[in-house]
Amino acid sequence: MAQVDTTTNAGQLLAAASGGRRRLGDRVFSRTAVVAAVTILLLLAGVAVFLVSEGLPALTAGASELPEGKTFLDYVAPLAFGTALAALIAAVVAVPLAVGVALFITHVAPPRIASTLGYMVDLLAAIPSIVYGLWGIFVLGPAAVPVLKWLEEKLGWIPLFEGPASVTGRTMLVAGLVLAVMIMPIVSAIAREAFGQTPRKLTEGAQALGATRWETIRMTVLPFGRSSVISGAMLGLGRALGETMAVTIILSVSGAVTFNLIGQANPSTIAANIALDFPESSGLAINALIATGLVLFAITLVTNMGARAIIARQNHE
Amino acid sequence: METDWRRHAKNRLMTGLIAGAFVLAMIPLVSLVYEVTKRGIPGLSLEFFTADARGVVGEGGGAAHAIVGTLVITAVASLISVPIGIMGAIYLNEYGTGRLRRALTFFVDVMTGIPSIVAGLFAYALFELFLGPGIRLGVMGSVALSVLMTPIVIRSAEEVLKIVPNHLREAAYALGTPKWKTIVKVVLPTAFAGLLTGVMIAIARIVGETAPLLVTTGVVDSINSDPFNGRMQNLAVYAYNEYRSPGVFKQAAYDKAWAAALTLIAIVMLLNILARLVYRRCKTEIR
Amino acid sequence: MFKPSEDVVAEPKGQRAVGRGAKTIETRGVDLFYGDFHAVQDVTMTIAPNRVTALIGSSGCGKTTFLRSLNRMHELTPGARVTGEVTLDGEDVYAKGVDPVAVRRLVGMVFQQPNPFPTMSIHDNVAAGLNLNGGRIPKSRKDEVVERSLRGAHLWEEVKDRLDKPGSSLSGGQQQRLCIARAIAVEPEVLLMDEPCSALDPLATLAIEDLIAELKSRYTIVIVTHNMQQAARASDVTAFFNLDATGRPGRLVEVGATNEIFTNPSQQETEDYVSGRFG
Repeated sequence: MAQVDTTTNAGQLLAAASGGRRRLGDRVFSRTAVVAAVTILLLLAGVAVFLVSEGLPALTAGASELPEGKTFLDYVAPLAFGTALAALIAAVVAVPLAVGVALFITHVAPPRIASTLGYMVDLLAAIPSIVYGLWGIFVLGPAAVPVLKWLEEKLGWIPLFEGPASVTGRTMLVAGLVLAVMIMPIVSAIAREAFGQTPRKLTEGAQALGATRWETIRMTVLPFGRSSVISGAMLGLGRALGETMAVTIILSVSGAVTFNLIGQANPSTIAANIALDFPESSGLAINALIATGLVLFAITLVTNMGARAIIARQNHE
Repeated sequence: METDWRRHAKNRLMTGLIAGAFVLAMIPLVSLVYEVTKRGIPGLSLEFFTADARGVVGEGGGAAHAIVGTLVITAVASLISVPIGIMGAIYLNEYGTGRLRRALTFFVDVMTGIPSIVAGLFAYALFELFLGPGIRLGVMGSVALSVLMTPIVIRSAEEVLKIVPNHLREAAYALGTPKWKTIVKVVLPTAFAGLLTGVMIAIARIVGETAPLLVTTGVVDSINSDPFNGRMQNLAVYAYNEYRSPGVFKQAAYDKAWAAALTLIAIVMLLNILARLVYRRCKTEIR
Repeated sequence: MFKPSEDVVAEPKGQRAVGRGAKTIETRGVDLFYGDFHAVQDVTMTIAPNRVTALIGSSGCGKTTFLRSLNRMHELTPGARVTGEVTLDGEDVYAKGVDPVAVRRLVGMVFQQPNPFPTMSIHDNVAAGLNLNGGRIPKSRKDEVVERSLRGAHLWEEVKDRLDKPGSSLSGGQQQRLCIARAIAVEPEVLLMDEPCSALDPLATLAIEDLIAELKSRYTIVIVTHNMQQAARASDVTAFFNLDATGRPGRLVEVGATNEIFTNPSQQETEDYVSGRFG
């Protein structure tokens, strides 16, 4: 090997700086990062494992040992029904509203104030659910009473508005509306992002053809954002399924399985039922509540994974 | 073919509907802020912030224990979530490859969808296993909240690390800097404001949580600042309890519930506004 | 015992005479890959100390990739691979047990886009190499290194009154000279420059070229450039890279004294390139 005459030898420098402390620092740091990653996975696995292990006793127990003397399936079914019903009302109301809000911010409002408007919508998502609950029962509920009455009188032939109308406003409809307000910003944020990314050449092309603003939106923006709206709607639905406090506070529950949205007697939801009963429960009743939590976990998981799958497919395209 | 006036009428109608949707969506926000302010102010007093609720029936007493509880529970949750979340984001953005990276990305998405009450049940089940049934501790609430907070931190931190330009990392490497020092001394400082924003947003999300705490921290009426010993309560649970068990002097209890709600909204809005200001700085720094 | 490298870095100028550092780089049969893509094929060349060697060629011919393999920056790209041998004064920089971090201490680099650290002041940018790698270095010694490096980069007079201002407050040309100061502050043996002037105006470019001419007395300098006039003006040796077609690997066509390459190249394709017939 050629020996070059220099004051310091490259080999010495390389050897001196290789190995030792540096390598150790890198090893420690990268392992810490991996540990954090694994911890997060373990945390999630822990959620599933502990819910299963604590819920299992209720799943295998006989009807006589469980709350209300029902089998677990009979116990959870009306709750699951109420959960789905409330979330569905929320989604049906929130999604069109969210699309409108997103369109307004991205394509109708002056661009100068668009980000401020978006920020105001985001604020809705930041408000704690307890505040929504209080607002729902003290403000929206009482305000809704005459509307419920009107619905019963004019649209009573539809089973949804069969009545008799609640005189407190603590109904499935009001609970669903509050949930709608809570999930609207989530759906809207996703729709906003998609609408905002509509290629300019599409919108400008439509405008160049003489399309009006609405025609431009209908022909370019809406088709472009369609799958985002669907996935956003499912994420919102997932959120509504698991939302607890607003429903716990607002809904007057009786355990009834009914589609009547404006009456005094309403099915509870899984989450609200846990919040109401857990603090006063003990023994197998706790296990039963945890088992219902497991059911809720599974339902939201499926809904969210569906939403993610749509997003993933769309990113793929 | 639609005639022109028809098209324009339709355009006006739909534009009006879209604008209407926005106005409609803003009504709850305005009503909420107005009502909470109006109903919250009567309950606000020095006593509300300084006294606890021990032995209080009806008027008087305060939420000091709930404020302490909010601080402690939230702080412990942040102590768990922020380091794990940021290291997890560093893993995803700087180190991760292959299956673990994909799994983490996927499951962080899954975690963001966990209902908050389920997180509470998890924490209860976890501690019950070791400490027996009926257990209620502040730290249990923190663990539950960290299940909700960690995915928020990791997501926002990952986004921020992603926008740190790669040429800065290369500049550090070219100076002979080891990777970990490049991350600690170049990447993280550059991303600092953005990371801080993410943490503040995450705190804002959990600071007003109620449901997971109902099943983990219990109800209490005097100050307890030890998360490992005894029950605790945050402002949201306080508000819920004042509403739910108002006792004989209903209005006094409701006033306190609204005062707590107002305080919570103020905290959350403040955190959001601060986060926005910090983020502006971050954007000018990362270029 | 070997000296801890921190000491080497912080050593005052007096103890290391001019001409002490520059090293000879030799490559033998170097092939570079990005995943399945074969980017550079079979490069064997010797880069002499105290000379400016320019790498020229059309875009995509692999000259930057080759440059980045000299200080082991290439392998930072996920999926990137190197085969063949790169030696620094006879020592294989890809040998087992050699830390790439150590290689980069000896072989500094200046990038196409000026990239000062946005969170650091001008002073701290220059001292970054010391701060990021060193243990505790006395402030006075640090200041000394900063001043020397900034003088070495012809920037001292312009910034000496605002060393605490952020590096990003400087103009593009000043930023690039700041990056050069940052690179020479750690006293490397070799300085790699990846199109250092491509983002700069002509005046700033001239300033950098003057600087390069001066720096070669102390360093081995390798510069990638798109600009043939720059190669002709600033370099002593020129290596011409080319590729047969897009998607094919780049290869070294020829290397020789710069005036030879530009006036009397031995290969027809070099002739075609330097006379502007393609590229």
